[in-house]
Amino acid sequence: MDLALVWFLIIAVLWTGYLVLEGFDFGVGMLMSLLPRGDAAHREKERRLLLNTIGPVWDGNEVWLITAGGATFAAFPEWYATLFSGFYLPLLLILVALIVRGVAIEYRGKISDAVWARRCDLAIQVGSWVPAVLWGVAFANLVRGVQLDEAHQYVGGFWALINPFSLLGGATTLVLFLLHGSVFVALKTDGDIRARARRWAGVLAPVAVLVAGGWAVWAQVAFSATWTWAVVAVAAAALVGVVLTNRAGREGWAFGLSAVTIVAAAVLIFGSMYPDVMPGLDGGNALTVAEASSTPYTLTIMTWVAAFLTPLVILYQGWTYWVFRRRLTVDHIPAPAGLTWKKIKESAF
Amino acid sequence: MDALDLARWQFGITTVYHFIFVPLTIGLAPLVAIMQTAWVRTGNERWLRLTKFFGKLFLINFALGVVTGIVQEFQFGMNWSEYSRFVGDVFGAPLAMEALAAFFVESTFLGLWIFGWDRLNKRVHLACIWAVAVAVNLSAFFILAANSWMQHPVGARYNPETGRAEMESIWAILANNTLWAAFPHAVAAAFLTAGTFVAGIAAWWMVRLARTRRPDDVELARNVYRPAVVLGTVVMLVAGVGVALTGDVQGKLMFEQQPGKMASAEALCEGEEAASFSILTIGDLSNSCEGVRHILEVPGLASYLGTGHFSGPESFLPGVDDVQQQYAERFGETDDAGDPISYTPNLAVTYWSFRLMIGFAAGSALLALAALWFTRGGRVSDNPWLARIGLAAIPTPFLASSFGWIFTEMGRQPWVVAPNPTGIDEIRLLTMRGVSQVVSPGMVLTSMIVFTLLYGVLAVIWYRLIHRYAVEGVPATVRDESPEAAGDETDRPLSFAY
Repeated sequence: MDLALVWFLIIAVLWTGYLVLEGFDFGVGMLMSLLPRGDAAHREKERRLLLNTIGPVWDGNEVWLITAGGATFAAFPEWYATLFSGFYLPLLLILVALIVRGVAIEYRGKISDAVWARRCDLAIQVGSWVPAVLWGVAFANLVRGVQLDEAHQYVGGFWALINPFSLLGGATTLVLFLLHGSVFVALKTDGDIRARARRWAGVLAPVAVLVAGGWAVWAQVAFSATWTWAVVAVAAAALVGVVLTNRAGREGWAFGLSAVTIVAAAVLIFGSMYPDVMPGLDGGNALTVAEASSTPYTLTIMTWVAAFLTPLVILYQGWTYWVFRRRLTVDHIPAPAGLTWKKIKESAF
Repeated sequence: MDALDLARWQFGITTVYHFIFVPLTIGLAPLVAIMQTAWVRTGNERWLRLTKFFGKLFLINFALGVVTGIVQEFQFGMNWSEYSRFVGDVFGAPLAMEALAAFFVESTFLGLWIFGWDRLNKRVHLACIWAVAVAVNLSAFFILAANSWMQHPVGARYNPETGRAEMESIWAILANNTLWAAFPHAVAAAFLTAGTFVAGIAAWWMVRLARTRRPDDVELARNVYRPAVVLGTVVMLVAGVGVALTGDVQGKLMFEQQPGKMASAEALCEGEEAASFSILTIGDLSNSCEGVRHILEVPGLASYLGTGHFSGPESFLPGVDDVQQQYAERFGETDDAGDPISYTPNLAVTYWSFRLMIGFAAGSALLALAALWFTRGGRVSDNPWLARIGLAAIPTPFLASSFGWIFTEMGRQPWVVAPNPTGIDEIRLLTMRGVSQVVSPGMVLTSMIVFTLLYGVLAVIWYRLIHRYAVEGVPATVRDESPEAAGDETDRPLSFAY
């Protein structure tokens, strides 16, 4: 197998890791506005409970994105250059969303104040809903093909990225991440909110079958290879499995199967792109894996680095999930420990 | 302004901003790890209180370093895609290695450290902060490997078919002498930043408590804050010497590798022997040599910084006019459009940023000396001047780092990849050739406005949080939360929660 193909696969793996891991982070973020019930104080406790289910891991999950970006730069400079300059505005929106989300997660508890918490929640909402849709839009465009000139520069502009197929792609990632987040919450919490998360999953899973299934079939019929039908079948079976296991209260299985669905979606995306990294619209001027790749020397070095380090990453990240395996309830959430707004406004230096 | 100018401004703004948080992260992680090690080793509660206190400040700072770092990685592709095409085969590798080898470690183990106080065995928990401390420094190594290649490209060949640089040896890139001067320089500066931060805040607290004359307060000052002042001061002294020594090595390398940068650091127009280092220079902003007038000079010092000789033929420093002539002969006088190429960096910016870097770095030396004097022989100082100097010193290493980056990046212009005098001529790229072709000025302007506004808001929040949490002081009570000391009941509230 040639190295360019190996690296196409590694980058697919990195993106898949990102979508599976940050997928439930985004889902939990979005559910912070949907799941909590009860009086104001209880809803606040439940929002904090939800946030703390991803607390120790969200930042490590986001590094999969940084690594996917860096690996694309190293292994496929032409792909990195065309994609990032071409998808300029969507990436700008995603960056802003990830910035406000990250800061809001870290700073929310630093000030104990209802208004501050609401502002941070708003930032977490923007930071979770916007990328959840935009990643789908971006990847759907890569499946569909984009307008490239002979030098493989993207010349389609922003509005060409907004089309029915890409919008349905955005809806697909949105509903998959919501589902993924709700089965994660069901797995990681206990008490009333666990039951509610399962009910949400029960509603979301059939919606996901419709939306994601519709998008996948469209992709298959219009843009994809024959073999990826098998992947669509796996995704469909996994989604049905989510419905069944969720109903049976097998939350670990439901989460695993929901992850399988996202993996299958990623395989469908990258499988449809191959042998291109940037398929051209209607096949024109496609940037291929071979054309975009770095030299064999660079790829060899990077293969050694990745082969040595990626298993380690998976090992210690897996260990983190083991350390924080305990289910959380609202009783685990301590009293707010941040400074009051009044104190923040005082000046003492 | 065209897309090129806007993209350059954006890179400057986002990079300098990112590097406000980075040096404090790089330096403070090991210091917090040292404090926690002292706690685990001695069991003395003062170290746990200091760990919690500075750990909280570390986390407030770390968050902004992370989110602004993502922009840095994406920006190469978004605004500088032609640069990315030219260098990707070489430059992408250290970035990817940083993510895989360092960034995964720091973010994962920081999560374990924040939430793991009551979940992890004490020593394992301590190992987590050490993993973070090592990884943040490893991050610096890979990022500086990438940057050093732009300053001094080695280990690469030119492919005339694709018109791109290609990696020939990763070892040459990681052994680049520019990197081995820049890495210790940046790390020493980071430790200087963190040492000043710890010593400055602790000195302010020590004086404040000592002045109350209440026995409890004086005891707190003696028992908790004074050791932090001493720790910070020792780190400052060692790091300060390190910054100066490595800076000196860098000056000599710069003279060999980027003579234009050295010449513009001194605003030296025509080459001369025994060139003086001027403290003050006036000139107009037209970037022409005619208006430059040096006032207050230290004879021979500029020559020494570059060549190691104060006088004699070996002390010859070429001026910007010499460099312009050399580069014009070697790389052409005009660009594709027929316009003349200026190989002279912006003189006012490089000249002043070089001096401000050195001057601000020296600022924290004042605190180090004051702190040494006032805490000599076990003293707990109540001198208000120590508190004032402590607070005034905190921003100085941050400013020094900012000006250092402005100097080294602006001094490299007009190159984004500066030609290596002993390397391959084709491995070079003018900044204007690196900018994205398909990105309109309006798009760059949009992103620049968005980032600038957003960063402005975040800076205010960051400052207020750091400030207020510093004024809160060390926690009044701490307890050993580790599972071996506090048990491992599952229904206890979390020791830390968002």
